[in-house]
Amino acid sequence: MRKSRHNLKSPEQELRIFRVRALLALVVVFSLTGLLMGRLAYLQVVQHEVYTTRSEKNRVRVEPLPPTRGLIYDRNGDLLAENRPTYNLTLVRERVVDLDATLTRLVEILELSPEEAEAFRVRSRQRQRPFQPALLMSDLDEGQIARLAVNRHLLPGVEVEAQLLRFYPDAEVMAHALGYVGRINAEELERLDPGRYAGTHFIGKTGVERFYEDALHGEAGLRKVETNARGRVLRELGRTDPVPGKDLILTLDKRLQHLAFELLDDRRGAIVAIEPATGGILAMVSAPGYDTNQFVTGIDVAAYRGLQEDLALPLYNRAIRGHYPPGSTIKPFLALAGLAEGVITPDKSIYDPGYFQLPNDDRRYRNWLRWGHGRVDMERSIAVSNNTYYYSLAHDLGIDRIHANMTDFGFGTRVGHDIFGESDALMPSRDWKRGRYNQPWYPGETLSVGIGQGYWQLTPLQLATATAVLANRGHWVRPRLARRIGEEVVPEALPDTPDDIELANEGWWDRVFSGMEKVISGHEGTARRTGVGLEYRMGGKSGTAQVFSLGQDQKYNADELAERLRDHALFMAFAPLEEPRIAVAVIVENAGGGSTHAAHLARAMTDAWLLDDGEPDAEEIREEMENDDERLAGN
Amino acid sequence: MALSGLSRRWRPYPVKAPASGMSRRRGFWERVHLDPWLLGMLLLLLCAGLVVMYSASGQRLDTVISQGIRFAVALGVMVVIAQFTPATLIRWALPGYLLGVAMLVAVELVGDMGMGAQRWLVIPGVIRFQPSELMKLAMPLMVAAFLSRRELPPRARDLVICAVIVGVPVVLIAKQPDLGTSLLVGASAVFVVLLAGLSWRIIGLLAALAAAAMPLLWMNMHDYQRRRVLTFLDPDSDPLGAGWNIIQSTTAIGSGGVLGKGWMEGTQSQLEFLPERHTDFIVAVLGEEFGLVGMLAFLVLYLLIVCRGLWLAAEAQDTFGRLLAGSIILTFFIYVFVNVGMVSGILPVVGVPLPLVSYGGTSSVTLMAGFGILMAIHAHRRLLPR
Repeated sequence: MRKSRHNLKSPEQELRIFRVRALLALVVVFSLTGLLMGRLAYLQVVQHEVYTTRSEKNRVRVEPLPPTRGLIYDRNGDLLAENRPTYNLTLVRERVVDLDATLTRLVEILELSPEEAEAFRVRSRQRQRPFQPALLMSDLDEGQIARLAVNRHLLPGVEVEAQLLRFYPDAEVMAHALGYVGRINAEELERLDPGRYAGTHFIGKTGVERFYEDALHGEAGLRKVETNARGRVLRELGRTDPVPGKDLILTLDKRLQHLAFELLDDRRGAIVAIEPATGGILAMVSAPGYDTNQFVTGIDVAAYRGLQEDLALPLYNRAIRGHYPPGSTIKPFLALAGLAEGVITPDKSIYDPGYFQLPNDDRRYRNWLRWGHGRVDMERSIAVSNNTYYYSLAHDLGIDRIHANMTDFGFGTRVGHDIFGESDALMPSRDWKRGRYNQPWYPGETLSVGIGQGYWQLTPLQLATATAVLANRGHWVRPRLARRIGEEVVPEALPDTPDDIELANEGWWDRVFSGMEKVISGHEGTARRTGVGLEYRMGGKSGTAQVFSLGQDQKYNADELAERLRDHALFMAFAPLEEPRIAVAVIVENAGGGSTHAAHLARAMTDAWLLDDGEPDAEEIREEMENDDERLAGN
Repeated sequence: MALSGLSRRWRPYPVKAPASGMSRRRGFWERVHLDPWLLGMLLLLLCAGLVVMYSASGQRLDTVISQGIRFAVALGVMVVIAQFTPATLIRWALPGYLLGVAMLVAVELVGDMGMGAQRWLVIPGVIRFQPSELMKLAMPLMVAAFLSRRELPPRARDLVICAVIVGVPVVLIAKQPDLGTSLLVGASAVFVVLLAGLSWRIIGLLAALAAAAMPLLWMNMHDYQRRRVLTFLDPDSDPLGAGWNIIQSTTAIGSGGVLGKGWMEGTQSQLEFLPERHTDFIVAVLGEEFGLVGMLAFLVLYLLIVCRGLWLAAEAQDTFGRLLAGSIILTFFIYVFVNVGMVSGILPVVGVPLPLVSYGGTSSVTLMAGFGILMAIHAHRRLLPR
């Protein structure tokens, strides 16, 4: 232990120290290697007999036990996704002697069509973990099971296993909200924990099934079995039971969901209804739907192509991915922004000659009513959906303040808490336009935004959410589909909920609500026909979204082309006014001018939720609407 | 080669080699900055590894080929790194270390979950890698660079700084959680300090402290890590879970006997009784199919590589090179010891691969990059002032 302390480095001393230490290290390395060699010699020479015996007797295999997938219920406990026992055909490639011969024999036994046989072969070649059974065919019928049993001795490596298969009783109605499970593909196989997914063939692909995959799946168990030399199971030696997946209880109301789906009928569109107090989604429908059960067992190519090429785009989830210009539905929100920013007061009115002009600009921005509404204050501007008022308001606010205020309501952002695949649509801003088109923002574009046209695009979910926040007088709740995951209740205040919107004057909410009530119940409200016989107070706003261009690069026939150029009908509403229990957004594509259709659907939804007068009948409501149309045409 | 290497140390200045046949070959190795002995032994190891892999993967040629490609890449990396001078390496020490720590923090924040642990950093569509691998090289580089500028043996103040340098990434890696890698990274730094001449009194003190810290470590371990340690003490307590691997791997090795059951003839490994047989547990396949003879051959080869590595380290011209090279080669040995130790049941299972034999790309690349550094230090020593 030398205590010498000098400030000069001494290379010789450092070298000396290193050499000693390296030599010591070498000694340690040799002794540790000697230890390993000793251990190996002990195992392989001294204990050789013991282990040889053990190895001979080692016919024990560990088999995975896949967990049962959690069930999904609606808010009233109605089953939305269940597990049906079925028989599946699996194949362990490593145990098959001649794969081609085996497949040919299977095709014969199962009496498959040439297409099915081909799909079968493709599946057998798909990548799989070694010694893991690959799923060749699900849902075997009894005849097939019987024939397989007879030929079992000819088919080593092939097993018929009983398994629970996902089944959706309301497949089409729930398709977009629930999503579906499907076969685990090669890419997912890479990503998944092999232990957890051992023996599992299915995984959530979209929707709730995908978002809550972890909770729904559960934990795999193990079974220790003794096998004969060919790997056939003789008896079970021990097991760890799998932990079944958690059941989900959704906020959806099956009754309301069915109603929304039937209201849309064979139209293209979406309806989203939210409970404002909790953010729970009561209904989320995108129409047309499709049969998700087809995807569970493996949809065949022709059927899939049919769905993909369907002009109505049934696979497209309009409720969360559809981009629509909001039209006039956003006028109440802009009015609030105007109040908050001090640009307008509730009582200040403007004179509408039928158009608005920017200073030093000849161009006239027209109101939808050519001769104008005359004196218009804020409430009336909402009730009659006056454009001039909002041109002026938008001009005074400017795009920056519009963008900031509208973003506070969730426009242009992903609002859902547990919604897979949501789009954030578009709330345009100066920065966005610079980034997208490398162009400055023009004042005229602000005016378009002011009446919900131009670049602004929203999803039905965003509109429903903003309506719920509005109904809550600025209190934010994030829309969610899950109410309970197993025993765990999804809290109302989610961690990343946006800040509540606070106004300097609480009374302003009432003034905006009053304008929205006049839309439905006022003598000149744009949806006054919807308000006939209303048993509670309701606020709403209609909207018409112009369709300028065709979205899809597809061939349309002339009739269809004309139909697809028609405007989209929008409506947002909440009720009852005093203590809102439902907020709803309705979008019906190409429903034509006016928004009465959408308004009727919204009314039907609120009626169904608020008035407990038995099952709502979509058929009846539609008939009423048609009569209404005829009366209107007669006028 | 070894002899000429020794004699060269006494020459004050580089001497141009005469154009004889013998020295022309030596000239070639010097031009490519590679050490032929080390290279030869590594190639032998890689080839033997592929042979075992063919059997361990269940005769899957695609697995062997992809492993071969990884090896080729790793060799390429080694050759490239060997071209750098130690002066360059020393310049990389601090930026490399900081980059590594930054990426570990990034993993903590945005890392990708894989098998229950957060170890991966993913740039979507571009790359997906483990920053802890980079740390395996950056750590000894940093500590060696730091200590080589100090007066040695290191004083208390320097040791405290070292402890901070080592502590931050080790804790970050352990948090992922990846106990095996954090121990390896920590060990690589400890080797540098030990080789630099840490006083025996402090070594004793630290050893006592480490023993005292054991309960603390135990309390901070994840359940599965604790289970592994307990299972190690009594494998039969959990025959279906963690104990399964140990029971199966010792059975495989023990039943192999002196001469083994023959290539691809191992019943234990071929009948899928061995999980992870081509990754961390490949030694069990080796032991079953090639017996004690095969195992000893592999261990001797590893031992020779370590000896050659230590020799190259001792030959290095400056403290930085010596410390770095010594640490790299000793860490390499720790891999071997821990892996063989855990598979043969004398150490708990801590996810460490058998170097250059187990399946996996990242670890091979890191290891070969380490050998590249070793060769760089050796090959460029005449360019450095003494």
